[in-house]
Amino acid sequence: MSKTALQFHHNGRDVAIFVDGGTNLLVALREQIGDMTPKFGCGQGGCGACSVLIDGELHLSCLTLAEAVAGRSVETLDGIKDGPNLHPLQRAFAENFAAQCGYCTPGMLMAAKALLDRNPSPGRAEIVEAISGNICRCTGYEPIINAVLAVASGDRARA
Amino acid sequence: MPVTVRTFANSGEAAAALSSDRSARYLGGGTLVMRALNEGDTSISTVVRASDQALTRIDATGSRVTIGAGVTFARILAERDLAFLHAPARSIGGPAVRNMGTVGGNLFAPVPYGDFTVALLALDATVSIQGGLGSRDVPIEEFLQSRERQAGTLVLSISCQKPGNTEAFRYRKIARIKPKGGSVITLAAHLPVSSGRIVGARIALGSMAPTPLRARAAERALEGRSLDAATIGAAAAAAAEGTSPGDNALASAWYRREIVGVHLRRLLLGQE
Repeated sequence: MSKTALQFHHNGRDVAIFVDGGTNLLVALREQIGDMTPKFGCGQGGCGACSVLIDGELHLSCLTLAEAVAGRSVETLDGIKDGPNLHPLQRAFAENFAAQCGYCTPGMLMAAKALLDRNPSPGRAEIVEAISGNICRCTGYEPIINAVLAVASGDRARA
Repeated sequence: MPVTVRTFANSGEAAAALSSDRSARYLGGGTLVMRALNEGDTSISTVVRASDQALTRIDATGSRVTIGAGVTFARILAERDLAFLHAPARSIGGPAVRNMGTVGGNLFAPVPYGDFTVALLALDATVSIQGGLGSRDVPIEEFLQSRERQAGTLVLSISCQKPGNTEAFRYRKIARIKPKGGSVITLAAHLPVSSGRIVGARIALGSMAPTPLRARAAERALEGRSLDAATIGAAAAAAAEGTSPGDNALASAWYRREIVGVHLRRLLLGQE
């Protein structure tokens, strides 16, 4: 089985790799590019742990054929901080105790970022909808919703 | 296990590749086929893709709408002319699944998935398919009845008549988790009214059989009558007739049969 050459933008950087036929984007990111921020949860589209942004839209990397992102822009949690400074969402998650075991956190942050990029001041219901594809078994969701609300309500400017 | 990925610019070539290889599957949004590959489904050895622009086209300006098979649920939600399909589109997945999953793929989604198809069945949609021998239009009911044999055909688009008004088309997905959850049952009703009487009622149910199916006994109870309490009661009592739901982690077959009439009554009454 031959490998296919694949080029895309990963967190603003051009990357080029060879992938086996049928390789999903999550495997390509973790095992070939070494970006361990998207997590493998279910492999079925049920948990959201592998969420990334493709051309700014939230996608599940485990259900994305790696070849399908040729020439496109893939953003993962690894790319949202600004140098040594955490992204306002990351700070809000820390301050609001929105992460316990942390396994869902990368996906939650990307889902929240996809929402805030489109709508900087969402209401609670919009936040609940935005993270509805992401499962968290620790927090009961309330601290996560509160963290996103904190950023949405203007803490972002101060962060 | 690696598979062969074949990408075509033209849907005709993709259809030919699909029909000539029993182990080939068409990859749309990935939510079904990539999942199968992740689970190690060895029956798939070739994945066929098409970058044909026609597959992602929406024509919703007239009274009949045509939606390319590759149109995602997020795009349906962004289209004002498709407002009647927003409730079924919104009921699917979380935002990531709606950015990926397609109208064409939903036709193949097994229970408890395939909610959008329930809406399309109530709307008497037509499925445009391309096989090895050319393209043809198939009524959605016929397509679903032979779904097992459709893996080698490429769905090009789906078309349906817009409902006359917002009251004439109703949709509800019953889930245990809000706002996102798998379907316990899904209901859609198309109730065109002429001179105060229902003419051409279509009730479609999801998770009540291996594929979405029509509740024909309930339709007969509605046909030619006004939507009053007695008619609604008769339709609700007949809702489970002819269905063959299964047990899964979301609900048992017994529970589904018990509640389908309750939810059909609420849908017809316009209750929350």
